[in-house]
Amino acid sequence: MQIKILRSKTNTHQLYTLPAGEIPLLNALTYIKETQDATLTFSAGCRASVCGTCAVRVNGREELSCSYKVKPGDIIEPLQYHPVLRDLKVDKSKAKETLLNATSWLQEPKEASLTHNDERLTEKQTDCILCDSCYSACPVYAVNPDFLGPFALTRAYRYSVDKRENDAKTIIDNVQSNGVWDCTLCGECTAVCPKGIDPKMDITMLRGESVKHGHSDPSFATQSFGTPDFGGGGFGFDPNAGF
Amino acid sequence: MIDVLIIGAGGAGLTAALSAKEAGASVLVVGKTYPTNSQTSMAQGGINATLGNVGEDHVSSHIADTVKSAHGLCDEDMVRKMCADAPETIEWLEGLGVPFSRLDNGKSGKETVAQRQMGGASAKRACYAQDYTGLKILHTLYDTCLKENIDFLDEHYLLNLIIKDGVSKGATFLDIRTGEVKQIDAKSVVMATGGYASLYHGFTTNAYGSTGDGVAAVLRAGGAVSDMEFIQFHPTALKHSAILISEAARGEGGYLVNESGKRFVDELKPRDEVARAIFAQIKEGQRVFLDVRHLGEEKLMELLPQEVELCRLHEHADPITELIPIKPVAHYTMGGIDVDYALEINGIKGCFAVGECSNAKVHGANRLGGNSLLEIIAFGRFAGENAYKHSIYASSKPADTTQQDKDSAEIKTLFSQENTINFYPYREMLGNLFYEKVGIVRENDQLHSALKEVIEMQIAQKTMGISDKNQTNNQNLIDFLEFKNALLLAPTIISAATARDESRGAHYKVDFENENDAFKQHIVLQWKRED
Repeated sequence: MQIKILRSKTNTHQLYTLPAGEIPLLNALTYIKETQDATLTFSAGCRASVCGTCAVRVNGREELSCSYKVKPGDIIEPLQYHPVLRDLKVDKSKAKETLLNATSWLQEPKEASLTHNDERLTEKQTDCILCDSCYSACPVYAVNPDFLGPFALTRAYRYSVDKRENDAKTIIDNVQSNGVWDCTLCGECTAVCPKGIDPKMDITMLRGESVKHGHSDPSFATQSFGTPDFGGGGFGFDPNAGF
Repeated sequence: MIDVLIIGAGGAGLTAALSAKEAGASVLVVGKTYPTNSQTSMAQGGINATLGNVGEDHVSSHIADTVKSAHGLCDEDMVRKMCADAPETIEWLEGLGVPFSRLDNGKSGKETVAQRQMGGASAKRACYAQDYTGLKILHTLYDTCLKENIDFLDEHYLLNLIIKDGVSKGATFLDIRTGEVKQIDAKSVVMATGGYASLYHGFTTNAYGSTGDGVAAVLRAGGAVSDMEFIQFHPTALKHSAILISEAARGEGGYLVNESGKRFVDELKPRDEVARAIFAQIKEGQRVFLDVRHLGEEKLMELLPQEVELCRLHEHADPITELIPIKPVAHYTMGGIDVDYALEINGIKGCFAVGECSNAKVHGANRLGGNSLLEIIAFGRFAGENAYKHSIYASSKPADTTQQDKDSAEIKTLFSQENTINFYPYREMLGNLFYEKVGIVRENDQLHSALKEVIEMQIAQKTMGISDKNQTNNQNLIDFLEFKNALLLAPTIISAATARDESRGAHYKVDFENENDAFKQHIVLQWKRED
């Protein structure tokens, strides 16, 4: 079985041959590194889909190397919108900054009475392993590199609905700029999440919360109503007109 | 100069960072990957605390269970401290926003946290978040670190501690991205570098990186290590991939059966006993399975969603309708850096150790499920506070660059050296060797032959090296340095296991099948200084 891997030094796809049989991609990469080419560089950790280290793109789609089973002809490339450090290894620091910018943590903790249903409310969102698959799949980054992005917004949502949060408004305020309204709701993030999280839905929910807190869609405001018109004439109110 | 340098960014490191910062210290957390990539993410089952949310429980029972499981090798004062701190530890985590599983009892705060049964526990004591307890605690800690503006230095690999007159002055690191050797000066150091179960390469539930880097660095720096022979084998890892299936699967009522469908052990016994029972079946030629079918789909998806998915993916077995093939593999290292009551390393002043890398003598000969997450949080806070206290009076005169120069030269040599032997097959050989001869059931003959093979490997290592000569982002180099650390620790495990002519907890030896009071003590190892 043969697969192609994008090498950063040459910027070309290099062909590697693997023994036949079922093999997770991570095992295949390790096999290549150990026996054929020690320079092939990738990141790996737990082998069990929980440490978030090993996401790459296979045939243009984000996958965890440890859980993806290799097929003949697969093309393996690094995540998008991350600076490539070497081969499949990328720099995740800028992506991680979105968590800081979204202030996704408990702002003002208070004791609360939590139930099984409350647990369910954020159960999926807190399965996030920060593998950056959603960040790589998000097309908004092609036009706005400062977008807070799916995983940071999902995390912001998770804390904003936590009953222990006494100041959800701060989180909501902090996800307005380059945040909830910049999402195109295309759902690519949801499609690629290895943990079955639905950032698109979380962002939609955050929009609803934003409106409740007095925010509105900035593009809607500017495009549909234009700037306020206080001039007389036309159909507007004319302060000079007598009764 | 920073006050507290924390090496390792898993649960113990992040907790120590938060508590040191809260106490008033300037803090830097350095890790070889990113904070959320750590081994803590793999802890599934739970974190013990006698909250008594599900049935009666008492701190004294938690202490008694822990002491019993430790087989006389723990320090009861340390156990008492850890267990007594547990309820407050949960309260602290609850305040950070950890999304624990909940009961519907109309109460509030930590009293709503769900608790379940784990092996060796006399009550439902493990607080959990489905089967993602470690992951969810780790990520909440990370979020809180961002909130508290903790400084991180990612992708820096620990080379050596810097020691001056027996006092730690910081450490040297390889910046993985640039290939440079850096020195970081600090008044106090906290080692939170994880265990060494990945020595059992291919036969461990651990991530690739659990190679005992910190334990090896402490040995090189003149600090003590102890109880190195006590390595816990988890009874239920997937047969082909060694991926962990949480003890919660048995806690919730799962059975262990052999290929004739017979149960052969009380599944809720401590891990060492269950692992040996499985091993005995396998030696008899039986295949062994975990059977959770009778729990039903709804309960399995609710309580063990991660396990169900992993079984389907890696073992082609659907736990809802099929048996899960399993084997016991190395899971946790009880031994490690020898510390005192303040978690300060014996032999190195101003350097503390916490979590799996340390031996705070709370687990003894066998760790209870749910006590490791407790240790990293309860003692992580303690280590952070103590490191801060030490930093107040510590000298702020930085060390000279002797260690950094030495380490730079060594790395340079690795780049210029022509290597003849590929070390990767040796990494696998070491794993096989340890599983076969330093594993669940040990024999002196086997241990002797293992030591001989390890020494041969250490000699051969001098002709091994890196074949990737790229300065930057060189994972081949990191793999090699990790392998060197594993190989450095290997003889400490074998020699301690050889010396211990008895069976106690996780250490079981043929011809010495009983506990012997003469060995009711810790085997402590320390390197002699050459000067």
